[in-house]
Amino acid sequence: MNGAHRKQDIPEAVVIPETENAAKAETSAEEKPYVSDKLETAPDGEMVPAGKTEAKDEEETLTPDEVLTKKDLKREKAEKAKRVNGVITGINGPVVTGTGMANFKMREMVMVGDKKLIGEVIILDGDIGTIQVYEETEGLRTGEPILSTGNPLSVKLGPGMLKNMFDGIQRPLAKIKEKSPIFIPEGIGLMSLDEETEWETHIKVKVGDKLTPGQIYATVPETLMVEHKLMVPPDVSGEVIEAEADGKYNIEHTVVKIKDQDGNIKELKLYQEWPIRTPRPSAMRLEPTKPLITGQRIIDTFFPIAKGGTAAIPGGFGTGKTMTQHQLAKWSDADIIIYIGCGERGNEMTEVIEDFPKLIDPRSGKSIMERTVMIANTSNMPVAAREASIYTGITMAEYFRDMGYDVAIMADSTSRWAEALREISGRLEEMPAEEGYPAYLSSRIAEFYERGGAVKSLSGEDGSISIIGAVSPAGGDFSEPVTENTKRFVNTFLGLDKNLAYARHYPAINWLSSYSGYMKTLGEWYEDNVAEDAVDLRNKMLDLLFQESKLQEMVMLIGEEALPDDQRWVIDISKLLRVGFLQQNAFDKEDTYVPMEKQYKMLKLIDHLYEKGLEGLKKGIPTSVMKNPEIENDIIKMKYTIPNKDLSGIDKIQDRIDRFFDDLNRKYSS
Amino acid sequence: MKKEYLKIDDINGPLIQIDGVDDVFYGEVVDIKEKASGQMRKGKVIKIDGETVTIQVFQSTSGLSSNNAKTTFTGEAMEIPVSEEMLGRVFNGIGEPIDNGGEIYSEDTRNINGMPINPMSRQYPRNFIQTGISSIDVLTTLIRGQKLPIFSGNGLSHNELAAQIVRQAKITGEGEDFAIVFCAIGVKHDDEKFFRKTFEDAGVMDHVVMYVNYADDPVAERTTAPRAALTTAEYLAFDKGMNVLVVMSDITAYAEALREISSAREEVPSRKGYPGYMYSDLASLYERAGMLKDKKGSITFLPILTMPNDDITHPIPDLTGFITEGQVVLGRDLEQRSIYPPIDILPSLSRLMKDGIGEGYTREDHQDLANQLFAAYSRVQEVRDLSQIMGEDDLSETDKSYMKFGREFEKRFLNQEFDENRTIEESLDLGWELLSILPVTELDRLSPKLIDKYLPKTVYGTGDLRADLKKAQETMDEEVKDVKKGDKKLEKAEKDAPNIEYEVS
Repeated sequence: MNGAHRKQDIPEAVVIPETENAAKAETSAEEKPYVSDKLETAPDGEMVPAGKTEAKDEEETLTPDEVLTKKDLKREKAEKAKRVNGVITGINGPVVTGTGMANFKMREMVMVGDKKLIGEVIILDGDIGTIQVYEETEGLRTGEPILSTGNPLSVKLGPGMLKNMFDGIQRPLAKIKEKSPIFIPEGIGLMSLDEETEWETHIKVKVGDKLTPGQIYATVPETLMVEHKLMVPPDVSGEVIEAEADGKYNIEHTVVKIKDQDGNIKELKLYQEWPIRTPRPSAMRLEPTKPLITGQRIIDTFFPIAKGGTAAIPGGFGTGKTMTQHQLAKWSDADIIIYIGCGERGNEMTEVIEDFPKLIDPRSGKSIMERTVMIANTSNMPVAAREASIYTGITMAEYFRDMGYDVAIMADSTSRWAEALREISGRLEEMPAEEGYPAYLSSRIAEFYERGGAVKSLSGEDGSISIIGAVSPAGGDFSEPVTENTKRFVNTFLGLDKNLAYARHYPAINWLSSYSGYMKTLGEWYEDNVAEDAVDLRNKMLDLLFQESKLQEMVMLIGEEALPDDQRWVIDISKLLRVGFLQQNAFDKEDTYVPMEKQYKMLKLIDHLYEKGLEGLKKGIPTSVMKNPEIENDIIKMKYTIPNKDLSGIDKIQDRIDRFFDDLNRKYSS
Repeated sequence: MKKEYLKIDDINGPLIQIDGVDDVFYGEVVDIKEKASGQMRKGKVIKIDGETVTIQVFQSTSGLSSNNAKTTFTGEAMEIPVSEEMLGRVFNGIGEPIDNGGEIYSEDTRNINGMPINPMSRQYPRNFIQTGISSIDVLTTLIRGQKLPIFSGNGLSHNELAAQIVRQAKITGEGEDFAIVFCAIGVKHDDEKFFRKTFEDAGVMDHVVMYVNYADDPVAERTTAPRAALTTAEYLAFDKGMNVLVVMSDITAYAEALREISSAREEVPSRKGYPGYMYSDLASLYERAGMLKDKKGSITFLPILTMPNDDITHPIPDLTGFITEGQVVLGRDLEQRSIYPPIDILPSLSRLMKDGIGEGYTREDHQDLANQLFAAYSRVQEVRDLSQIMGEDDLSETDKSYMKFGREFEKRFLNQEFDENRTIEESLDLGWELLSILPVTELDRLSPKLIDKYLPKTVYGTGDLRADLKKAQETMDEEVKDVKKGDKKLEKAEKDAPNIEYEVS
């Protein structure tokens, strides 16, 4: 803005000291005034350059001929020479500008400043580049270098992801902890999957095999629950010219070498890299036909999420978004769970780390941690990495999907991601749209949710990604831009209600405002796997709840006593539905996860009582007489008293209902 | 040697701009010395654009002109010295002592911005803190290492409540050391005096570190005061192993300051003019609370904020609620009915209580009892609405019992004296006693086992309505028998009695 007269202002800066050199010397002596003693444990600026480059360098010194052909070496050198560094010219929070960046690529990962903070190029304008930095920028100076890495921001996909927790740019938090025991300092450099661990690897190809993109060349039993399948990267194919025998290898070990059509030799290690902002390709999209069974009654029975579907859980603070997300992460019948804590509380992630290993998956009998990947960018961690965390998570999900797994990804909360977009957009002085959010908010949300879905992978496996995104609307107002835009791209909407939460009705999912667009496509599954009338029953009960909400309005005006008997019966049954069925106790051993069969039988029992009552009403039996506190009590408590494994208790309650009504009928018919 | 810049190019509220600056770093502290008077101001680099540097000045900029001051870049980040000697001392918003007690000398200096705690290093908080206040202990339990804000309104008794918590809260276990860090952000002088007196009365002043920024102090200092306070708290907790309680008032003033600076920087505003990064900014304060693995100390954080116009959806309480582990909400309605502490329990919540209560921590019935009290009190609100329309007399018997429960609950459970310190057992028992007002069939959140064990025995002494009814029937039958017996006796007596004529005069 006022750059034009900047130069003229310089004379006013008076240099008091003897020489300029002395001044420089002094500043360099206290080069890092910012890194005080609390950083003692952190490395002294020792840096790990971008993964790929380093790997090559190392191998160069070891066995150059084996690893790199001469052609590659040359290209490497030429690339290095081309990599002129940029120079920092401006700093504004997480946004840094630099000059001398004409050769940088858009969306390239860069190292900023002497501390080598990790950043990503987001705007290129001639020689001037704008970078969003994933670490705290305090302490950066103008004039410090910006290093190019030549690669887009990528993640390493390979064994070692499961059971692990990463930050927004795939740095393992456990490893960061080794370097700095309490806090996460800036400038700790790039790190990713563990390179030491030796994985038991089973090679699935032999010399001479022709490999196509996505084909599985080896498998690694990564955890007790998940077999990690190593796939040929989507842009690679050719004939196997070398293959290792089965054995234990670390991820940097080349297990298979292939020669492509042009005679180029490609090495396949235990991992591949993939840029996080590019969706991984698949052969074709499939229609989601199976529900993601979560063990949560209101979701499974009333508002199901399909495997490969998308769902949003919006709710003001204290309505239980995180609780619901945790429940889904714990009990969903997906093969892989990816949990992204995006701008949320540190303690919540700690809770996951402490609790998940203790919980047992009801299907496999193994700890649910065995299938879980966690990504944490807590609310006080750098905001730019928050923006990246969502993409890091979905890229990992796509990788597991390509292996033929059903993946469920929980993003808690997408609003924080949107706010990160807004913050960076604001610093770039972009023209804001609604509530200060950038105009591209909607398309970014769409892009994210569209990376979900059921697909046939390149190797012909069926896999899926179900995305469940929490939304934290400002002021609990669902008409704000993030909720509104999310609603357009998701099929299941689970609206959380403040008043239900206040009454401690959990999960506080409002049955009137929620919906599931998958009911039609999943209907067949329910009819085949649950019961013939499962869908009809669901619709009937939902209708009762709707009727009740209307009646409650009447009650507020004239009191319940004044309603006719049949309407009072609807209210009575709805109360049982709400308390006995919709409310679910996440802290109760039996109730935290309820299998589909019990869900159906519970609902059927309530329906049975309803029907008996209707018959009674026809015979002129008043509601007050049909209301039996003992039976009501049994129904409300059946979630606790009847174990998931033995449902015979439900039949007993049904018998009791029958006997009670038989008695009544006898009394009233005589 | 350092360069001095003799010209300021732009002065706008708390921000100044200097052109032609090289070799400064982002976040560097700046000394601004007025040439004539020698008055010193401190500032911080908040934006670098080529050779133009934007500086946020912590003191008032009035009196500065474009060429009456010398600006020096100190080459240091915003740091404060930390030491145990800070206990009992009072500092201003940028960490300078204001109690005439002399400077703090310490080798150890800390950047006030701190760094994010690695979630892997955190210890999930699970230790119950008894505050002696029934509504908090039973319904929104405070856990050691929790960040639990008090959402209040202007004129409500949040200061009294905070003071009572400070006085009564058992934040330490046996033989552990504690400290209180109090940070006043833009508060009235009387408020600060009130707290100081509270600390003195409680005899804990030796354990208190105070950071004070009065309402008439410079705005920019409000953004550093809480950071300096939390830096001190981190030092005392994680270096010295103390259990630290941080009380901060008023977060609203902090957010206002943030907005003022943001608007001076001409940033794109989001809701109500607050900057888009307010969530991250507030999080950088709140998230500094907690406990660590392998470390003894803890930081329990009680920020107080006044909701503008009592509106809980206002950005300040709203964003706070999304970061903190629950909230204690005060209600004007209760305050007006002289109920102290006026805690509106329905929107209040403690997210950590589920793991810090129950058997082994408080008592087995705690969670279910709390749920039942919440559910019942929530029903009370509905019944009250109904009674507004129909009148209380026309309510059903059950609803009438809810009305009674509501009144008693507010009068006896919520309401307590400023110096009344109830044990958790007393509070829990009181909750049960109040629930006995309701028909036992309404207690749908409690298991029959708990009802049996804890619900005070009803008139007929069984604690269960069904059994009660049976008993009532039996008793009645007995009585009828007795009456019949009595009648027979009477008959017999009459028969046996000698014929006496009564004379009526």
